[in-house]
Amino acid sequence: MFAPFILALRQAAIPASITEYLALLGAMQAGVAEYSVEDFYYLARAALVKDERYLDRFDRVFGVYFRALEAPEGPAPQELPAEWLRKLAEKLLTPEEMAQVQALGGFEKLMETLRQRLAEQKGRHQGGSKWIGTGGTSPFGAYGYNPEGVRIGQEESRHRRAVKVWDKREFRDLDDDAELGSRTLKLALRRLRRFARQGAATELDLPDTVRSTANNAGHLDLKLVPERHNAVKVLLLLDIGGSMDEHVRECQELFSAARSEFKHLEYYYFHNCPYERLWRSNRRRSDTELPTAQVLRTYGPDYKLIFVGDASMSPYEITHPGGSVEHWNAEAGSVWLQRLTGHYRRSAWLNPLEGRRWEHSMSVNMLRHLMEGRMFPMTLAGIEAMTRDLVR
Amino acid sequence: MRFTSTDRYIASRDLEVAVNAAVTLQRPLLVKGEPGTGKTVLAQEVAQALGHRLIEWHVKSTTKAQQGLYEYDAVSRLRDGQLGDPRVHDIANYIVRGKLWDAFESDEPVVVLIDEVDKADIEFPNDLLLELDRMQFFVYETRQTVTAARRPVVIITSNNEKELPDAFLRRCFFHYIRFPDRDTMERIVQTHYPDIRQDLAREALNVFFKVREVPGLKKKPATSELLDWLKLLMVEDLPAEALRSRETHTVIPPLHGALLKNEQDVHLFERLAFLSRRGG
Repeated sequence: MFAPFILALRQAAIPASITEYLALLGAMQAGVAEYSVEDFYYLARAALVKDERYLDRFDRVFGVYFRALEAPEGPAPQELPAEWLRKLAEKLLTPEEMAQVQALGGFEKLMETLRQRLAEQKGRHQGGSKWIGTGGTSPFGAYGYNPEGVRIGQEESRHRRAVKVWDKREFRDLDDDAELGSRTLKLALRRLRRFARQGAATELDLPDTVRSTANNAGHLDLKLVPERHNAVKVLLLLDIGGSMDEHVRECQELFSAARSEFKHLEYYYFHNCPYERLWRSNRRRSDTELPTAQVLRTYGPDYKLIFVGDASMSPYEITHPGGSVEHWNAEAGSVWLQRLTGHYRRSAWLNPLEGRRWEHSMSVNMLRHLMEGRMFPMTLAGIEAMTRDLVR
Repeated sequence: MRFTSTDRYIASRDLEVAVNAAVTLQRPLLVKGEPGTGKTVLAQEVAQALGHRLIEWHVKSTTKAQQGLYEYDAVSRLRDGQLGDPRVHDIANYIVRGKLWDAFESDEPVVVLIDEVDKADIEFPNDLLLELDRMQFFVYETRQTVTAARRPVVIITSNNEKELPDAFLRRCFFHYIRFPDRDTMERIVQTHYPDIRQDLAREALNVFFKVREVPGLKKKPATSELLDWLKLLMVEDLPAEALRSRETHTVIPPLHGALLKNEQDVHLFERLAFLSRRGG
């Protein structure tokens, strides 16, 4: 009955399976949701969504599917200042007027135009047929009418039955492309943990004890094994200063989250691109500077190397000797980067810049190439992908 | 028998639907949410509402799935063997029943709470797949199959410290407890402390939601912290003005120890208080 709905969910990358679909149908048959749309929504959510990350996506698909409006794929509604969209005058159109409203043609065209309009428009707008605002006949905005309309931040559908709950999109913060809190970061970094037995023998090893007792003609012979410890070692290199200033807070969060997660965590700073010197404290930089070669000697190849930086700089800083903005570097940044990634068996680059902006920066592409594609965005999904890559 | 809000526990409509679906279809219900939003209490309330006995299994980082079913006490059998105790001939004497076994063989209907399933090893949920699906397991030592006479209601809570395997999730219903909004919170406070002074409750909620809005808090206070704090306020018998007047020159609420559980958070508040004093 709801098979197309399940397909729509799967298209939106929500992993709903046949088992869950059958569970939903079973619950419907048992009368858990009796003729109430809201109950049906709650039931479908409990049966089909198993992770709060997907709740927002589910709300969107549910809204779209049971309203048969725009296609589910497509960018999430843009956030506009609420003031623009205040419901001052709801313009009610006659059918003739509706027919007059012109479709702009094609979803992509629509989004393209929307982007242009957003760029052109500076103030709040209401009525009219071009600008984004409320109550008009432009394809963009809320509370108006246009057959190909894109709804922006509208609280409820006006032309259909009001569908309330899932339109609130209360779970938006939990979507995994969202920015990170230090707590979520910690969770993602836990994946890096790998337990290994090392150190003093303090736990009873029952199978070995039984075996050796049997060998010992039935006399109890206790065997002990070392307790499990987290054996992951991480070397963190953080970009600081210059273009990273706006990301410093995020990086500090990453840093504080990471610190409690590993037994061995070493961290050094660099500026834009690692060269022959790294430093331990940004405030007392001259006291704490170390040759990169010494860092390489001190921390063995079993450390996992993580760069954190926005990789935004002049391409010369990577490719040319003397390209650094701060000092004369005898060897190019790329040489040092390759030395570092060559020494450590596992390395990755974490970039606080949004993934879709990478394409437009030459230096990001160059570093990505140098890292052999192991550059990850600093989102929950990105960090998970990174840690999976690092422990492989 | 349906689960609804009681006079001690306020359940939102979506939670009621999820619980009733899980009870009706006899599938486990997985509950997630911020710490302190009443995940564990939910199981107690469901048991109460359905009139079932509650069996609680609290999971720790060292808990193995097998411990919920049964354990074979090899060491004491070995010792008995060396001492020549006649009990040693029957292996069944050394099988120690776990919580799930108790639940499966219970005469009366039960609710099983598997608390904080994410604390255990990453393989823990996988080891319970078949047991929770068919509600039966096999005891290798005595070659006996334990089957649930009646399927218990299973409620599983998770704090999201580990991701749970897909195969496990597919067998559950899922509910995410959202942080309650102001109206719900007022109802929750009313159900817990029906005789609290109205002005105190109102001011306390104002302060509480303000505290939650402070950016950069490591651990936001949740429902359980609010209830503890209110209790303290009631015991101290503070006038509501104490909460209101404090706000103007300092933002540290009185008896903040119940709300802020982290010394960095307390420092943050002291800093803010200092700034606001200087500014005002």
